[in-house]
Amino acid sequence: MLLVPCPYCGPRNSSDLRHVGEAISRPDPNAASPEQWRSYLYLRDNVADWNVETWYCTRGCRKYFKVERNTATNEFRDPPMPGNKIGGKA
Amino acid sequence: MANLSIGEGFIFTLLRLRNYVEPMGLLNDVASRGASGAKKIVGSRGSKPPRYSAAGLIAKGLRGESWPRVWRDVPLRSAYDVIIVGGGVHGLATAYYLATNHGITNVAVLDKAYLGSGGSGRNTAIVRSNYLTPEGVAFYDRSLALYNSMTDDLNINVMFSERGHLTLAHSDSALRTMHWRAEVNKLQNIDSSVIDPQQVKEIVPSLNVSSDAHHPIAGALYHPPGGIIRHDAVVWGYARGADHHGVEMHQKTEVLDIVCTGGEGPDGKGRGGKVTGVRTNRGDVSAPIVVNCTAGWATLISDMAGVRLPITTQPLQAAVTEPVKVFLPAVVVSGSLHVYVSQTDRGELVFGAAVDPFTNYNVRGSLDFTEGLAGHILELMPGVSKMRLLRQWAGLCDMTPDYSPVMGFTPVDGFLCDVGWGTYGFKAGPVAGEQMAECIATQRTPKLIEAFKLGRFEAGRLVGEKGAAAVGH
Repeated sequence: MLLVPCPYCGPRNSSDLRHVGEAISRPDPNAASPEQWRSYLYLRDNVADWNVETWYCTRGCRKYFKVERNTATNEFRDPPMPGNKIGGKA
Repeated sequence: MANLSIGEGFIFTLLRLRNYVEPMGLLNDVASRGASGAKKIVGSRGSKPPRYSAAGLIAKGLRGESWPRVWRDVPLRSAYDVIIVGGGVHGLATAYYLATNHGITNVAVLDKAYLGSGGSGRNTAIVRSNYLTPEGVAFYDRSLALYNSMTDDLNINVMFSERGHLTLAHSDSALRTMHWRAEVNKLQNIDSSVIDPQQVKEIVPSLNVSSDAHHPIAGALYHPPGGIIRHDAVVWGYARGADHHGVEMHQKTEVLDIVCTGGEGPDGKGRGGKVTGVRTNRGDVSAPIVVNCTAGWATLISDMAGVRLPITTQPLQAAVTEPVKVFLPAVVVSGSLHVYVSQTDRGELVFGAAVDPFTNYNVRGSLDFTEGLAGHILELMPGVSKMRLLRQWAGLCDMTPDYSPVMGFTPVDGFLCDVGWGTYGFKAGPVAGEQMAECIATQRTPKLIEAFKLGRFEAGRLVGEKGAAAVGH
């Protein structure tokens, strides 16, 4: 169980949200080389340390936001960054 | 494990004790294993390790001799031909087959904790070969064959119980996938068929097959050769076997960096580079070949060589109940309910589930898991509602986007990977070791693992195995 600090709803159980994954920027599909596109699709840093990631508040505000979490200890670092959209509709 | 809790350390101590006490089990088991007619497959070069038997223990006791170490404890040398990072089933099997099949014995297996402390000691010990893709089926079938003859090959009782494996379908679409898998399996001579709920009930009477369940059972994929095996014995068996042929095992030896030259990245790492050795907490060791068999920690190790892997790390939780009289004769898996269950020889029910829904390196259990698991189990077997859970634990899974492993060469010369084994690494351990050993010895990718190359992600040739490899979909 994880208390995820949603910037809009406050702390919520992780089962109310969806872990989208590491926050990565999407290359321009018209300009990206196949190699860049594949690395965007598949490669992640997967660090055992502080990492910026994207969550989607499925059962709350239904907004995407970025937050910093330590993947070794599952601590969150305040404050989350509201308004940062990544992927899909926000 | 970086931070073993006191509880885990205690259980480990118990397991170690069991290692010395349980060879008694050999007396009534090894005879039946030998009689099962398992095919002898491994062409072992030289002798086998001595039989790990109760008779030997008693004889040594009567003669007043000491019970020898299962593997030697030798000082770390400064150079080897091959360094294997990770002392689990995959790393130890690779070392064992390097020595037995290819005569390469100047090998060191390094583990930052103790042998079998990661996924090899945390899995639910299920083996099967009824996968979905032809590549997957061929691969796991070979693994099952190696597991079948393992007790004889390694001279240690791995307690393989070929009890049958049921994958339940709770919907028409799931049943369609089961038919698909059964046909792929039959084409490759795997014993696998779809059965109806009444036949399921005949095999496992404790299952609720009535149509008024929340997720009624619509049928199942039945795979008689599947079963469970004693995972610690597999680890110890490979370690003993490798040790017998001269391979060195170094526990509490953490790899801190991989030394490379000539690569395009910083410090000579990355594409085009060449491995020259590793830095460990016990000093520098040089070797022309370094193999990454570190499962959940795979990306941390490969980053040290400048190789990026399409892997994320997610824990998978499992749990075990108090022991009861045997009532569950087969392994039961339900994809829709995200659960699999088998009963051990001691009578405990062992449960596993899907990976946790977010990436992390933490092996603590969660209440979410226990609640979800209990609900799903009661859906399948309402009769076990009064059973108590003894303990729960987690292991780290290295998940790839297509649920298939990453094996073989990387863009860095001399740096090989056998990772990305996600939730299905244990059942693949023997064949992965055998193929990796061939890959290292011949410097060519064997046909059986051709499809699992790291380059498949750049080439867009993914091997989609999620339908048969995972329960969380």
